[in-house]
Amino acid sequence: MATEEQDSNRVLVRKLTWAAVLMFGFGFALWPLYTVFCNITGINGKTGQVSEQDIQSMGLDPNRVVTVHFDGTVNSRLPWQFRPNQFSMEVHPGQVYEASYHAFNRGVEAIVGNAVPSVAPAEASLYFNKTECFCFTAQKLEAGEGKDMPLRFIIDPALPDDIQEVTLSYTFFMNDEQSRQANQHQTAGQPGNG
Amino acid sequence: MSSVAHAEGHDHKPEGFLDRWLFTTNHKDIGTLYLVFSLTMFIIGGAMAMVIRAELFMPGMQLVDPAFFNQMTTMHALIMVFGAVMPAFVGLANWMIPMMVGAPDMALPRMNNWSFWILPFAFTMLLSTLFMDGGAPAAGWTLYPPLVLQGGNSFAFAIFAVHLLGISSIMGAINIIATILNMRAPGMNLLNMPLFVWTWLITAFLLIAVMPVLAGGVTMLLTDKFFGTSFFNAAGGGDPVMYQHIFWFFGHPEVYIMILPAFGVVSEILPTFSRKPLFGYTSMVYASASIAFLSFIVWSHHMFTVGMPLGGELFFMYATMVIAVPTGVKIFNWVATMWKGAMTFETPMLFAVGFVIMFTIGGFSGLMLAIAPADFQYHDTYFVVAHFHYVLVTGAVYAIMAGVYYWLPKWTGHMYDERLGKIHFWWSTIAVNVLFFPQHFLGLAGMPRRIPDYSVQFAEFNMISSIGGFAFGLAQIFFVYIVWKTVKGGKPAEARAWEGAKGLEWTVPSPAPHHTFETPPEIKPDMIAHPSNAH
Repeated sequence: MATEEQDSNRVLVRKLTWAAVLMFGFGFALWPLYTVFCNITGINGKTGQVSEQDIQSMGLDPNRVVTVHFDGTVNSRLPWQFRPNQFSMEVHPGQVYEASYHAFNRGVEAIVGNAVPSVAPAEASLYFNKTECFCFTAQKLEAGEGKDMPLRFIIDPALPDDIQEVTLSYTFFMNDEQSRQANQHQTAGQPGNG
Repeated sequence: MSSVAHAEGHDHKPEGFLDRWLFTTNHKDIGTLYLVFSLTMFIIGGAMAMVIRAELFMPGMQLVDPAFFNQMTTMHALIMVFGAVMPAFVGLANWMIPMMVGAPDMALPRMNNWSFWILPFAFTMLLSTLFMDGGAPAAGWTLYPPLVLQGGNSFAFAIFAVHLLGISSIMGAINIIATILNMRAPGMNLLNMPLFVWTWLITAFLLIAVMPVLAGGVTMLLTDKFFGTSFFNAAGGGDPVMYQHIFWFFGHPEVYIMILPAFGVVSEILPTFSRKPLFGYTSMVYASASIAFLSFIVWSHHMFTVGMPLGGELFFMYATMVIAVPTGVKIFNWVATMWKGAMTFETPMLFAVGFVIMFTIGGFSGLMLAIAPADFQYHDTYFVVAHFHYVLVTGAVYAIMAGVYYWLPKWTGHMYDERLGKIHFWWSTIAVNVLFFPQHFLGLAGMPRRIPDYSVQFAEFNMISSIGGFAFGLAQIFFVYIVWKTVKGGKPAEARAWEGAKGLEWTVPSPAPHHTFETPPEIKPDMIAHPSNAH
């Protein structure tokens, strides 16, 4: 009797332990799951990247005008100035436009930063695509250096009709690892993970 | 009953102190250890609450510096949640579940010892952070990045403490499930089990499902801080809001982990002192299971203000409100149990009735918070503090107190002093409402939580709240005295300490012998509370 009970305990304990281990894995799996979910639905405001070929397939919609507002902020740990060179633009969906931001390093040594984009309203982010953006790679500024940072974007004509205004916002964060390397080797143009 | 007489005859406990407590595999001794540990943590966490209320007694900075104040709010929550409430329920489970289902002990007695003895080490580590450079974690018990990562390196101790607590809880949960599923006496079918056993079975599954997710989340915090990963670091492509999703995927089931066993305790006590069977036993079981299921799909109501799309806000708002349905089923069943019963109001009953009334108040303020558009006003204010203290103090803690008074005669063999018990109840109940009710008004007026100083318009209510807080703290010292007095002596308790009590635990003598049900009891319908639900 006792051994039978011990056997059934052992089987149950093994199953429950596996359940706990799987849930631990699930905790980590939530990270890629959320990322995929957000990319599909666009709800975290991250913008898409498209190639020049993709643009050809989008038809121009000359009758529709969408206002794009630009916004730029820096994380408090990053001693940079960062602002858009134009505050808003009137654009036609399906046409490529170019805009730029200006960044200036107020710090005393070279710093590498990463820009994280965000689009409001979030549902517009699926239709806001860029062919070129300073946010795709890490950006390095020497001490006292300022430079214009360009981006090329196109709004998909499939943008829902009720959206007339879109705000594109960037936040620049310090990239600690690459800033440290930049000051050690004084090498330029490292790829980032934007 | 023959098995009981047998057990009584050979009631050999280990002789030495270490053998009895450190190496014990006895479910009753481990239950006692859990309960004593929980009471100790309740006093420590309570002392931190006193520091918080003392600082908030008047506007301006009087007693502590803001960094220490933040450590107090964070540690108070961590200790009360993981050190006081959860171990108290595990202690009650250890003591009562084997006796309630007619088992000789827990299914895995040595693992049981291990699950308990991890806890003192975990809390030594957690509390030691108070004395380290940089101090204890101070970003709130939810440990949100990036703020929590900006503290000192003592953070690693807090993370490992949380890991240990998780391991302890998971082992305890596995043990409880194995005991309930494999160790029931013949004739004790699942739908004959007392509701306390049912709610704990469901709670144990919740623990196994979500404690590992918390462990994963805090491990990501650990690697973000010390090993250069970027799970929650926006500069490296991560997302701080992701942590909130992972945390609350654990955090919401966690609040039901703390309240479901309380539902079970109250469902044992109300029938006893109403001298009527529990109304709607089966619906209580299904309601508990529904609450557990729903707890997995409502987590984002803790983060309505992060900027979710409208569809998300609506989904989480309605899903949250749906929980009011099974919870309402429970409340109405408890009221129906008391309806036209021959009620008497001994201390356990007072605490249980107090639970039903005040938990409902906490539930209603929870419904208010569930309304997404209104939550933008309430979010991170004292209204939230008032809400979760009504459900956790007058909810979970009141149920624990009720359970302690109810089963203390079974544990010690002595009746507690009824007069002192009643004084403790009324003292606590008046004090706790003076303490937390004004916090609703403070929150609605816009006072933010987790701040050491506030604008002068909040001064009166804060002073009233602090006075209630000190009175409530003193009442719990009085509670410790009552328990101590009962352990030392008192009127001898009968086997069935309450004449309306049903259940196998009342068929063994008081105090319960060291070993009970070494041979399974023969279950007769009049011995258990729910004999008619057998298949």
